[in-house]
Amino acid sequence: MSRAAAAVAAAAVAVGLTGCASADARHELTVYAAASLTEPFGELEAGFEAAHPDVEVTVVHGGSSSLAAQILEGAPADVFASADEAQMRVAAPEISGEPVVFATNTLTIAVPRGNPAGIAGLDDLADGSVVSVICAPQVPCGAATLTLAQSAGLTLRPASQEGSVTDVLGKVATGQADAGVVYATDVLREPAVAAVDIDGAHAVISRYPIATTARAEDSALAGAFVDYVTGPHGRALLADAGFGAP
Amino acid sequence: MPRWMLPLALVGAALIAVPLLATLLRLDWSRAPQLLSSPAALDALSLSLRTAAAATILCVLLGVPLGYALAQWRSRLQPTVRALILAPLVLPPVVGGLALLYAFGRRGLLGESLHALGIEIAFSTAAVVVAQTFVALPFMVLAVESSVGALTGHHESLSATLGASRTTTLRHVTLPALRPALITGTVLVFARALGEFGATLTFAGSLPGVTRTLPLEIYLQRESDADAAVALAVMLVALAVTVVALAYRPLARRAP
Repeated sequence: MSRAAAAVAAAAVAVGLTGCASADARHELTVYAAASLTEPFGELEAGFEAAHPDVEVTVVHGGSSSLAAQILEGAPADVFASADEAQMRVAAPEISGEPVVFATNTLTIAVPRGNPAGIAGLDDLADGSVVSVICAPQVPCGAATLTLAQSAGLTLRPASQEGSVTDVLGKVATGQADAGVVYATDVLREPAVAAVDIDGAHAVISRYPIATTARAEDSALAGAFVDYVTGPHGRALLADAGFGAP
Repeated sequence: MPRWMLPLALVGAALIAVPLLATLLRLDWSRAPQLLSSPAALDALSLSLRTAAAATILCVLLGVPLGYALAQWRSRLQPTVRALILAPLVLPPVVGGLALLYAFGRRGLLGESLHALGIEIAFSTAAVVVAQTFVALPFMVLAVESSVGALTGHHESLSATLGASRTTTLRHVTLPALRPALITGTVLVFARALGEFGATLTFAGSLPGVTRTLPLEIYLQRESDADAAVALAVMLVALAVTVVALAYRPLARRAP
């Protein structure tokens, strides 16, 4: 019994040691990316790791404002991909070099499949007769939604203002809300929702910048990831996910 | 106390005190009055106070009978039911929010029937109160249950022998004996309701003046105006310290 326990302990120590050793031999790269980039960045991560077998990429997704705040507080990000230029400017003190715009996006209305509330356009979200959710104006998708509504002369009456676009998408996908304003790419990745186009959506283009951070331990590797995202392979993956060219 | 415990005790105290003091030091005192009196802050504060007060009333109305019943119930099922009722004490609030969604949400277990009756809870102030009550109720149940369990029953029997009805006995004998537990329970329930975040965000959403309580406002402001978030945070820290000082005072006095 005690010999078995000793063997288990020895094995655990051995696994722990080899675990440490392999981690030391591999390079780690941490990428902070906007919630709306979840789909393409999963593929970009796999593609970059395939091209660099000794690199372990970790992508952290969240609302861009939240990620920018975390980077300012010293979060271990090597690369930051934001959903708008405003949040990249917020993180600027911790950013090295010039951010590059690598993708664009537009807004659309997400409705549960079958559009049970019969949403036809953005003005349906202004009369308060349906349950709609949008992003809070403090985060990029909310700022873009506000601009779009103002340019259409509308005041939206949402049931909730969420902290990230994935929260909006979730509330529509689960049927909690009749409609939600999200990015065009979000509708493509969530099978439980369908899109209702917004007239004049192309007047408000969201531009996604990417940059390496000042604290990146291996700035050459971080730069290589940025080059990969902005290069032909990255462009193709982003285009597949519905993002526009910069 | 052995001397070697002292450094550990100091580390423990520092782990809690340092972050709270650091928040205080981060506060921009010159801007604080203006930040705390902004319309968004006042909306959130007013909503928080109203919903926490409503949740506290619900917790007293429901928690006292529930705690009483649990203390007196003799059954093999009692431990299981008790564990279920007290689960929100240790459950991550976001899980509580999901559970509420699956019960009262539009596509939830009861939500569809409620919808048919024209009652919509999700995204409303009522949803905030339900979420707060869900997470706070066990505090009241626990306070009442342990206090009822500690009663000997002699006074109640005596009261009954003298011909008092059960309700009269409850009002004039049992409740006065439970007074310290009721006060502690009420203060803790109010504080827990005031601090509710995860279940509210998941179940009720976040809309200024309707569902965006102080913790939700702090979470959002943190991203755009950190100074405003700090000012609100300091207010909640002060409130929490006051509440704990009030609620735990009787216990501290009783300790040897």
